[in-house]
Amino acid sequence: MTPQDQFTPFLVRLAQAGLRVEEQASAGLAPAQLILVQSEDWSRLGIEARAWGCRWVAGWGEDRGETTRINACFEKAGAYLVARTAVPRAAPVLSSHTASFPGADRPERHIRDMLGVVFSGHPDARRWTRHQAWKDSEFPLRRDFPAAGRPQAQTPSDHQYSFLLAQGSGVYEIPVGPVHAGIIEPGHFRFQAVGETVLKLEERLGYTHKGIEKIAEGRDAEGLARLAGRVSGDSTVAHAWAACMAMEKAVGLVVPPRALWLRALMCERERVANHVGDIGAMLNDIAFAFGFYQFARLREEWQRVSREAFGHRFMMDCIVPGGVAADLDERFIAAMRNEVGALRKQIVKLMSIINDLPSVADRVRGTGVLKPEYAKALGCVGYVGRASGTDIDVRRDAPYPPYDQLTVKVPLHHYGDVNARARTRLEETAASFDLIEGLLAGLPAGAICARWTPPAADAEGLGLIEGWRGEILSFVRFGADGRIARFFPRDPSWTTWPALELLIHDNIVPDFPVCNKSVNGSYSGHDL
Amino acid sequence: MLRIFGKIQRIGIVTEPVPRLDEPALTEIGAQLKAGIGAQFGGSLAIREVDAGSCNGCELEIHALNNPYYGIERFGVHFVASPRHADMLLVTGPVSRHMEAALRRTYDATPEPRLVIAVGACGADGGEFGTSYASCGAVSNVIPVDAVILGCPPTPLDLMRGILEAIGRKT
Repeated sequence: MTPQDQFTPFLVRLAQAGLRVEEQASAGLAPAQLILVQSEDWSRLGIEARAWGCRWVAGWGEDRGETTRINACFEKAGAYLVARTAVPRAAPVLSSHTASFPGADRPERHIRDMLGVVFSGHPDARRWTRHQAWKDSEFPLRRDFPAAGRPQAQTPSDHQYSFLLAQGSGVYEIPVGPVHAGIIEPGHFRFQAVGETVLKLEERLGYTHKGIEKIAEGRDAEGLARLAGRVSGDSTVAHAWAACMAMEKAVGLVVPPRALWLRALMCERERVANHVGDIGAMLNDIAFAFGFYQFARLREEWQRVSREAFGHRFMMDCIVPGGVAADLDERFIAAMRNEVGALRKQIVKLMSIINDLPSVADRVRGTGVLKPEYAKALGCVGYVGRASGTDIDVRRDAPYPPYDQLTVKVPLHHYGDVNARARTRLEETAASFDLIEGLLAGLPAGAICARWTPPAADAEGLGLIEGWRGEILSFVRFGADGRIARFFPRDPSWTTWPALELLIHDNIVPDFPVCNKSVNGSYSGHDL
Repeated sequence: MLRIFGKIQRIGIVTEPVPRLDEPALTEIGAQLKAGIGAQFGGSLAIREVDAGSCNGCELEIHALNNPYYGIERFGVHFVASPRHADMLLVTGPVSRHMEAALRRTYDATPEPRLVIAVGACGADGGEFGTSYASCGAVSNVIPVDAVILGCPPTPLDLMRGILEAIGRKT
């Protein structure tokens, strides 16, 4: 059974349940399958998808003039299904999927803020992405909303958002952010605590909303790749790749093998850099300076090689539509092989020291436990999911080239604490080293970029990439002029930010930094 | 504990001039930076970093200033947790409209005399994001800016050079 056939019995089941579902061919969305669903059946689709054991991957909307189109992407066993429906713009009401899939909560609120679609039955009527930069009667992703907007001379602060309150004797509130104590992105955390114990944490994000979906409109392919590379600066390679994959599928462009292998090499280098740096940062958050400086040193050395080989410390703008911007000089093949060998040894040595320290174990074991059932319910991807038993990795489950020719080892843990997330990331680093060696050994010769071909009007494409944080989904549609009409990047952080609220429960406030770091959601990638 | 000391001993000090990549020696920039900070800030420059809407790329490089290779603290520069303790704001952009009020308040909370540096292509002019319904663009569109450090993102050496220039301009 090919992955695509996974959904055939599901579609039969939907038909038997009386849902009017129509399959539609869409080459750009492949390997995902596209179905059209009547809007009245949307809620039942969610219920059936849940019963079938699907994961809710992402939801996004498009202004199509008279109607507003809503898409929801589901996944099961590496097969993807895009369900599509439409609601009249004059009465944009659709049933919510949140009751079936808690992970749909914030994405649906985002769609409401951006497109004005009301999700009936949604448990939370509060806005999410919108603060005070535009009015509640305005919807930035509608076509008649100008990208420049109608901003006030000064945007007021969003101090009237109603946080949920815990009450009782000794309960107090700690507001944190958006300007944090460290050098990190802005967001607001509202703690309710008793003594040192966290009763409840509520996140308020959206501070770094830069209008990425809106300002993507009207760009050419190269311009979109640049923008995608800045959705989340730490994942510049993964997001650029996902967006380019979506655009290339939309036009049916065949990317030269060498370019694909180089993309994977960059993506694995990005994974190693972030994992290594973050393991140091987690050690910093438990005040173990030695570990922090050692891993920061390793990350710096790694980034310098990236710069020498590809011209940029983060390899930003190295992935372009059709291929890659710069070739890899032959001398780096041996150099990177040595680099990987040396780093592997260094990490083993460092970890043998760190594993010996009861003071480290005391801070990370049993801290910030994300129960497997919560991870599954929220659809957590990446190392957050894999440290809590959710075994998903696009590179293995829906392999895109060159991973279809490589063996991807996917570490899995079940305990879901800070320790499990750190272990998962360490083991993923080791798996990346193996992949880098494989990529260097098998790097094909040939061109590094295919000539861009103009897209057909209304062509759409879907990119799915396993970035270092997990599965990235990127949707692209071209307009009649060959320019971008819609861009929606779903960063994995959408699935892991809600997990942080759950896993911090009953932990002490001073453990929040290490819990937060162990998840390391992207603010920018989430706020868009 | 002995193994930690052993490791520290074996690695030695990696903090050094950086001869690679045709960059001018780090120690040279550092020495000038230290002299400038010594003369104007009593030997200690306190920086409050504010992410006003960046993609997080600039933050990663500002972080790198504290790694053992650059070790910016040895020149008297340290990052502080509150604007009330700061001599300088290092602001990355573009300034999202949702961060506009927070940035103004942070600026107001910083005691005078204060220096503001806009960091990165986005902090300088809005960069890839420009000005829109969601973005105010350049940091200077929101608060007064004394200096700009270009780059997407600026490298740690660019950042050190930029901080040095800003201090120089203050005299």
